[in-house]
Amino acid sequence: MNVVEANSLGKRYGSTWALRECSLAIPAGHVVGLVGPNGAGKSTLLNLAAGLAVPSAGIVTVLGGRPAGSSAALDGISFVAQDTPLYKSLSAADMLHLTRNLNRRFDQSCALARLAELGIPLNRKAGKLSGGQQAQLALTLALARRPRLLVLDEPVAMLDPVARHDFMATVLTAAADDGVSVLLSSHVLAELERVVDYLILLSRGRVQVAGEVDDLLASHRVLTGPAAEADRYADRPVVHVRRGEAQAHLLVRASAGDPVPPGWEVHPVGLEELALAYLREPDAAVLPGPARGRNTELTEVTR
Amino acid sequence: MVVVKGSSAGAGESGRVSPAGAGSPDGRAEAVSSIEFRLDPGSGMPTYLQLVQQVEHALRLGYLKPGDQLPKVRDVVASLAINPNTVLKAYRELELKGLTAGRPGQGTFIEATLRQVALPELTALRRSLSDWLITADGAGLDEDGIVALFSSTLRDFYERRSGSRVHRGAASGKTEGVA
Repeated sequence: MNVVEANSLGKRYGSTWALRECSLAIPAGHVVGLVGPNGAGKSTLLNLAAGLAVPSAGIVTVLGGRPAGSSAALDGISFVAQDTPLYKSLSAADMLHLTRNLNRRFDQSCALARLAELGIPLNRKAGKLSGGQQAQLALTLALARRPRLLVLDEPVAMLDPVARHDFMATVLTAAADDGVSVLLSSHVLAELERVVDYLILLSRGRVQVAGEVDDLLASHRVLTGPAAEADRYADRPVVHVRRGEAQAHLLVRASAGDPVPPGWEVHPVGLEELALAYLREPDAAVLPGPARGRNTELTEVTR
Repeated sequence: MVVVKGSSAGAGESGRVSPAGAGSPDGRAEAVSSIEFRLDPGSGMPTYLQLVQQVEHALRLGYLKPGDQLPKVRDVVASLAINPNTVLKAYRELELKGLTAGRPGQGTFIEATLRQVALPELTALRRSLSDWLITADGAGLDEDGIVALFSSTLRDFYERRSGSRVHRGAASGKTEGVA
């Protein structure tokens, strides 16, 4: 099952396309990182998937083909928007009461237990809680709806390191315990390295890279060697070149067994390095093949 | 380096390192695991491999022995804030190596001990390594150069081995080694 599926999805604000020709299929059971520079269309995509915005073009469905925004879709999705949407003058208890009455399904005892565990006082106004506690309260409300897809827009951007860690631990524990699929956006790449196992790179309103992190890392290598020879490998699938006068680093599509030119060193690539290389080369892309889904091999679409 | 203790978020406190390495009669504690994982962001090593190596290390040093339970997946996830699939991958790798076995509904338990190589064999290995060091020294490598060469070769060796095992399905066409 795909938790999000988009086909030629587009969203236009006035004359500007925030998202354009976006096609993707995110399989269930992953923690998905949606990465891209500011203005790449991350929030737009999340809002469309959550049903908070209406597409200008194309379609988006969630949780196995349910139209985004339909009540069938909303039942299975929890969305926590950027900068912790809480009514700041309501107490935690009131927020719980409100959310329970606005939703068909709400696990009150689970929410109370979690707040107790986190030491969040029920009678305190949401606005008086620390940033970390506000984020945890919003997450608790989202998880108490027992979603099958949890969508988080820049969830930890405003949090201190300890609060970030605890917040992500809660999210990932929900993924481990209940098999909740998670889709979260961020522009802090280093932070995602351990958290996500599926990466979507969005750039200029288009999907540039999509795939399982393990597959992406296994299919890319960095070659280091004499700069003078760098051009000789132009026929290879080179994603990005960093060149000094004597030495050059090529980020190429290649797997562990591929032959390495004599005199060149080969290094594995990390998620951050890979993402940066693609972001610097907006014309390069790596997307799942036509079959789309878990074990499809990656195919190069453009270069 | 970051040493991570049980997190305050979610999750019942997972096992802390039991103070005295071996033989603690911890019958009273409910499922306290013997080791606690930590991550070294500077190591450049994939997270799942770090977990695998820490279990192997603990086996070699006697912190873990057959019958011991590894921390539960959700507890590792809660304390390190890492992807559950990473922990599953590490535990699968350990199982593939024959070091652990999963018991349905209970968790993952140590099956084997990491036998150290017998002494005579170790002496022979040390001697051949010394011979190699003499050659390297003769070729003009200094100590740092030797360490760099050794660790990069070692890394390549294990990477290729684990790589060929993990990704046996995909990309197995090419057989040439990495130069």
